[in-house]
Amino acid sequence: MINPINLAFKNAKEKKRPALLTYTVAGDNTKKKSLEILKSISKDIDICEIGFPHNTPIADGGQIQTSAYRALKNGLKISDVFQIVNDFKKTKNSKPVILMGYYNMIYQYGENNFIKKCKSSGVNGLIVVDLPWPENKGFAKKCKAKAISFVQLLSPTTSKERLKNIIKDSHDMIYYISMLSTTGGKLKVSPKQILNNYNKIKKIDPKKNCVIGFGITEKTIAKLRSADGLVVGSAICKEITRSLNNRQNPVTNVSKVVAKLRNKIS
Amino acid sequence: MMKLKKNIPLIDQHDKYGFWGGKFGGSYIPETLKKPVDDLTKEFSKLRKNKNFIKKRDFYFNNYIGVPTRFIKLENLSKHLGGAQIWAKVVSDANGGAHKIYNATVHALLCKSMGKKYIVGDTGAGYAGKMLSMAAKKFGLKCKIFMGAKDIKRQKPNCDAMKKNGAEIVPVTTGSQTLVDAVSECMRYWVSNCDTTHMCVGSTVGPNIFVKICGWSTAQISRELKNQIKIQFKKIPKKIKLINCVGGGSSAYGFWSEFIDFPKSQIELIGVEAGGPKNSKLHAAPLSRGAKLGVLHGAASYVCQNNEGQINETESISAGLDYPGVSPIHCFLKDTKRARYTYATDEDALNAYKLVTKFEKLNPSLEPSHAFAEAIRIAPRLNKDTVIIVNSCGDAKKDRDILKKRLGKRI
Repeated sequence: MINPINLAFKNAKEKKRPALLTYTVAGDNTKKKSLEILKSISKDIDICEIGFPHNTPIADGGQIQTSAYRALKNGLKISDVFQIVNDFKKTKNSKPVILMGYYNMIYQYGENNFIKKCKSSGVNGLIVVDLPWPENKGFAKKCKAKAISFVQLLSPTTSKERLKNIIKDSHDMIYYISMLSTTGGKLKVSPKQILNNYNKIKKIDPKKNCVIGFGITEKTIAKLRSADGLVVGSAICKEITRSLNNRQNPVTNVSKVVAKLRNKIS
Repeated sequence: MMKLKKNIPLIDQHDKYGFWGGKFGGSYIPETLKKPVDDLTKEFSKLRKNKNFIKKRDFYFNNYIGVPTRFIKLENLSKHLGGAQIWAKVVSDANGGAHKIYNATVHALLCKSMGKKYIVGDTGAGYAGKMLSMAAKKFGLKCKIFMGAKDIKRQKPNCDAMKKNGAEIVPVTTGSQTLVDAVSECMRYWVSNCDTTHMCVGSTVGPNIFVKICGWSTAQISRELKNQIKIQFKKIPKKIKLINCVGGGSSAYGFWSEFIDFPKSQIELIGVEAGGPKNSKLHAAPLSRGAKLGVLHGAASYVCQNNEGQINETESISAGLDYPGVSPIHCFLKDTKRARYTYATDEDALNAYKLVTKFEKLNPSLEPSHAFAEAIRIAPRLNKDTVIIVNSCGDAKKDRDILKKRLGKRI
């Protein structure tokens, strides 16, 4: 059976467009609302990344921090994250789920327990921001044994030698960080430059699905559409914040934004 | 079983992934920081063996920082307590008024030699920030300091100094608005600017290389002290207790590094953490109050946290100790039982400050006042052959507002 993450890329490719990946923080702004958001955007996206919020994030910009603090303030626990995934996966139109977060939460939960729980709630992949290669080899292996994709990150600072090694050890998907930035920074390199680097990665192993993330918005997404997949996170978190500030319903507003993003690459 | 090695500096006793004792430290960093951290690691390992670099360091330590700092007997305090003799290593004599100048100077030299023009750093009590701004000014570097908004309010004198030195202070308003958030924000800034900017971590915390650089820098304190003890006592006395406050743990490591190989029965190492207000549940004492192992700011150490791995808010009168994590090398010293860790409350520290300043011409900041609290507690039970040495690692000028508020106009 083909892995759901690979299948999602295959489907998008058949329609000659990049896969659209969204990032939302579990429990932002409440458990119920974040599940509703996932359900309502599901039809327009190919894969959802769901963040498990941490209160000392070292690689997230302001928008995602705000979302994470909001979720934590509303009492979100790790068990709630799994519950949200579980409920989402039961819906008709659900998409593959990649959980994304910081290592300490996995460490406190216990690596094996965490992976087990991922498996039982329907998680398909994991991104751990502060567990780089080669330190992540052991954990990545454990994920693979349970058919969970461990997603390796690559950045503009990653040396060529390192790129090769990381790609060799990667699973179904790799994630290229577009620029030197925390999440949600303003795109400070040209899309052309980003695609240049992206192509270097693809050259090493054309079969691996590679997504680009960080700094992607409605304005920039179309220019990067030749990639296998594109991740939008902060722009969505920002929309949730804006909606809450204006006392509007974040569910409808976010689905509008996501529909627009999808439109730009279709 | 975890074991310390002899004749190897503690900062070098880690495995290839950067872990001390197989589990403390490491480098839990985003991919983007791998290269700058690797570059820094290579540069540092090259420079620390380079005679010219050592010469340069020693030149600035001698002529700019002003080493050695004094080693003095606190006659009146010893007499008053009537037990062990109490001595102080007055590290606050150093230029700028605290031990943070050693690490800041070394980082500025590293930054220069790597050809970077910008330097950023975090600060809690403001000393790390003040010293980095001084060193940046001295070496012609542009400097940004990240500081919690709560700390900016309570450590105004140091903020004034930073501004005077031309540094930009970036107030951090996330989370508890203290050191923990300042370090996070500083690391985030570095993620975005690591191509042009060097980062200085203000203590022996953070990814492995920062623990090493800081420890290598503060080790100056114990090199001096060892000589001073030999001169003072002719040989190393049979019973010594080295007492130091521990927040991140940079001054404690620097104070102890030359003495770790001595038997515990001869030289006891005592670290004093911040216990927070007397009746508060919050504290900043991960070692002495049994916090669990966790990952914070790029390293594994004992961390004040909840069951879910969220980092706890801490509370202490001393901004410099108000940090939920602690250096991996102190975790290692704790688990190998080489050092003993305890805590003092805000009230203990204030009382110690009162007593020390009543009897001696010494003005220790709230951080070393925690160490003095432990010295005052144990001295009366010990005989006069026991030599207690407290690292008076910071000056209380920065605490003027807090002391006035808590102790009245007398100060």
